Amino acid sequence: MTLLRLILLRILTTAITLFGVAVIVFVVIRVVPGNPIAMMLPPGATDADIARLQAQYGFDKSIFEQFIIWLGGVMQGDFGTSISLRQPVSMLVLGRLPATLELSIFALVIAVIIGGMMALTGTRYRDTKTEGAIDVTAGMALSVPDFLWGLVLILLFGVLWPVFHISGRISPSLNIDFTTNFYVFESLLRLRFDVWLDLLSHMFMPALALAIPLAAIIAQLLKQSLKETMHLDYVTLARTKGYGEHHVITREALPNAILPTLTLVGVQFTFLIGGTVIIERLFSYEGLGNMAIDAVINRDLPLIQGIVILFALLFTLVNLAVDMLYVVLNPRLRHA
Amino acid sequence: MKPYLSIRNLCVTLKHGAPILRSVSLDVSAGQVHGLVGESGAGKSMIGKAVLGTLPRALHIRSGEIWLDGVDLLTLPLQERRKRIGATAALIPQDPLTALNPSRRIGPQITKRLVDILGWHKNAAEDRALDLLAEVHIPDPARVMRSYPHELSGGMRQRILIASAFAAEPKLIIADEPTTALDVTVQKQILRLIADMQARHGTALLFVTHDLGVVSKVCDTLSVLYAGKVVEDARMQRFFMRPVHPYSAALLAATPTYTNPTGSLKPVPATVIEDVETEVQQHDMRAGL
Amino acid sequence: MRDARGDIKRPIGLRLWLSGGWLTLLALAAIFAPLIAPQDPLAQDLFTSRLPPFWDAKAEAGYLLGSDSLGRDVLSRIVYGARLALIVALVAGTLTCLVGGTLGLIAGYYRGWPDRIISRFVDIWMAFPPVLFAILLIAVLGPGLISIIIAIVVIDWTRFARVIRAEAMSQGVMDYVASAQVAGRGRFGTMITEILPNVLPTMVALLTLEMGIAVIVEAILSFVNLSISTDSPTWGGMISEGRTSVHQAWWVLVFPLITLFLTVLSFSQLGEGLKDRFDPVLR
Repeated sequence: MTLLRLILLRILTTAITLFGVAVIVFVVIRVVPGNPIAMMLPPGATDADIARLQAQYGFDKSIFEQFIIWLGGVMQGDFGTSISLRQPVSMLVLGRLPATLELSIFALVIAVIIGGMMALTGTRYRDTKTEGAIDVTAGMALSVPDFLWGLVLILLFGVLWPVFHISGRISPSLNIDFTTNFYVFESLLRLRFDVWLDLLSHMFMPALALAIPLAAIIAQLLKQSLKETMHLDYVTLARTKGYGEHHVITREALPNAILPTLTLVGVQFTFLIGGTVIIERLFSYEGLGNMAIDAVINRDLPLIQGIVILFALLFTLVNLAVDMLYVVLNPRLRHA
Repeated sequence: MKPYLSIRNLCVTLKHGAPILRSVSLDVSAGQVHGLVGESGAGKSMIGKAVLGTLPRALHIRSGEIWLDGVDLLTLPLQERRKRIGATAALIPQDPLTALNPSRRIGPQITKRLVDILGWHKNAAEDRALDLLAEVHIPDPARVMRSYPHELSGGMRQRILIASAFAAEPKLIIADEPTTALDVTVQKQILRLIADMQARHGTALLFVTHDLGVVSKVCDTLSVLYAGKVVEDARMQRFFMRPVHPYSAALLAATPTYTNPTGSLKPVPATVIEDVETEVQQHDMRAGL
Repeated sequence: MRDARGDIKRPIGLRLWLSGGWLTLLALAAIFAPLIAPQDPLAQDLFTSRLPPFWDAKAEAGYLLGSDSLGRDVLSRIVYGARLALIVALVAGTLTCLVGGTLGLIAGYYRGWPDRIISRFVDIWMAFPPVLFAILLIAVLGPGLISIIIAIVVIDWTRFARVIRAEAMSQGVMDYVASAQVAGRGRFGTMITEILPNVLPTMVALLTLEMGIAVIVEAILSFVNLSISTDSPTWGGMISEGRTSVHQAWWVLVFPLITLFLTVLSFSQLGEGLKDRFDPVLR
């Protein structure tokens, strides 16, 4: 199979998945018993008012017609207008996306650092009590989901020993006029390190909560993979060349042990992004997930649709990125 | 002449006591080829691993001395020991398919340790690698230096590993069944190559194998290992004419090259094996095991 | 992913005993809640508002773990909350296992078009953020126990389908399956008699894990005020209230949180332990 066919196939399956997601969301939220339009009007509104607004949002048509209209809009980049916020969905959603992306990526970095350290330490001290302790820690961390870790962190570092922010994205006093919504990135570019540190200290607790389960998975998988690699001849050969154990693990074994871990970590990263929904709520972080929950509570159908589609797109892109990274890192595939 | 590598009464056991090597002693003189022969499970690979400090974690050196160039390696701390081995000895591994790091190009796999550990200049190391690759008859060495292991054949990889072993002009090379994983036709070429390289560089070579035919072609002296014990230690000529130990005789009888071209294994009578075992046990007791 | 484990044998017995013990304790508390709970979990009393737990000097008898801002006894609410948590765990967990396991078994054993259809659905499901999906479903179905259970089954059946499909697939190519078919047993019969018993250990382990997840999902839904009606005590609801008043009365958050934490941990450790116990290869 040629590379081109592979890529086309990939785009096709992605399109089918996104289409499926759209259909399911569309059908599910139109079964909603409450009338979202009636909820947004003041109590004295007449039936005529309701009918007029319903026509404006297209709710008087059949589900099928509504879907076709919506899909036509999406093709032109128009995701409709939010009912509760009365702004274009695409603008609202893209405005919040950077906050969620920054949080997810920060969490991924933390997870890779913690998980990687645990795996390397466990390999360095394999078959000792240290490795046993790492196994037990990772097992515990994995058994408890991010939501609970978030609550534990709030208690520990927000109440008992209040050193980190447990609410919001930025301190109001430091809110400089950002031109983009990538606050972390922009503050760094504008050399406002005070703002940058404030942003990171707001993000640290929610990011850590998201990172703990992923770090545990990375620790387990990478350690397993490293230990298998440590038995191979080229690792033994490196030892006879006079390299120390640290060099042998990090330079000889690690590059080869990363590959099998990578694909599984990719899937887990999409789970992490899914976790932002409740973690953002828990830490009052103004991202996509927090907005999504508000949208559900307000029965804001166009907004819900837009957010779910965006999440689905994000997941698909992450999987695609992981597959490409796999090819780039694997010399066998790179030159094939 | 003082041997370059001298192993004295080396005892290696499993962590919980079962013996793997029972008081093994052997010498490899400078510039000589010493064969180490035994069937699989006899523990012959473990001797090489013990010298190089790469024994599996489950194994444990109980007692003994390993003298390399006048220093007992076992008295050195691990890091010191690895440095010393890296500078004076090298390994030609058994399986060329797994002995090269799949994620690195060939060039750095030969040159990097010369730069990192031995402090060579990068260009000097690269020139050296190119020379050596040419010396082991690799066509277009410059291209091979840029290749990844999966792009090369098993025979090519074994040549590269041989070149790499000679890179730092080691005084001792341990070849651990270097031809076992290869095709029969390639085996002969590789064997000749190792012998040539050894002769040209004057390196002491400890040649670990289960194949007496191979030993007869390349070795000056040999040790026969049986059940973790050296049962015969001899010069080649004398060994092939007059093996002392019954196990050696049986091994020799099973080897097609010399006395018996058909090479079927003549069974060693059970009584003889028992004798050997008793002797081994007696030796253990004398060694205070 | 949970298969990755070190070579060191961990003390499986202790884990099983501790987690099993906690869950038994919880089950007993749930069954005998009216006998155990010292107070009416719904009784509001402004005179007993925000009482600290028993070791504090200001504590009052009868309110062992203190009370919340409306004067309701924390311990009694945890005990009654265990009822809902365990019902959700048992019912939702079992249903999810049945639905997802069946689909996974069919996809992995029959292959072909049933597999293609089921796998396509799994792919679509994997593109949903699960928590958002659950919240959306509750918003549509309306709050209530049945809604929660339906939501959990709908969002989590893929967990079983994915794993069981892979297991059934690897069992399906084994020789013993072929010989069972040669011996004249039908396709469906072979699936039930040959494949099912071999994927059962995995299924039991997943089921136990799923029960823990079900408890968490219920807590998350209560946390965003979408679980069941606000007057019946739930751990998630208590945590939600505790989160807002954590600086005034930390115990309102801490005790339900510890309970939830231990319960989720126990379910998952029990799952891991049972898997090690039942897996013929690991045993």
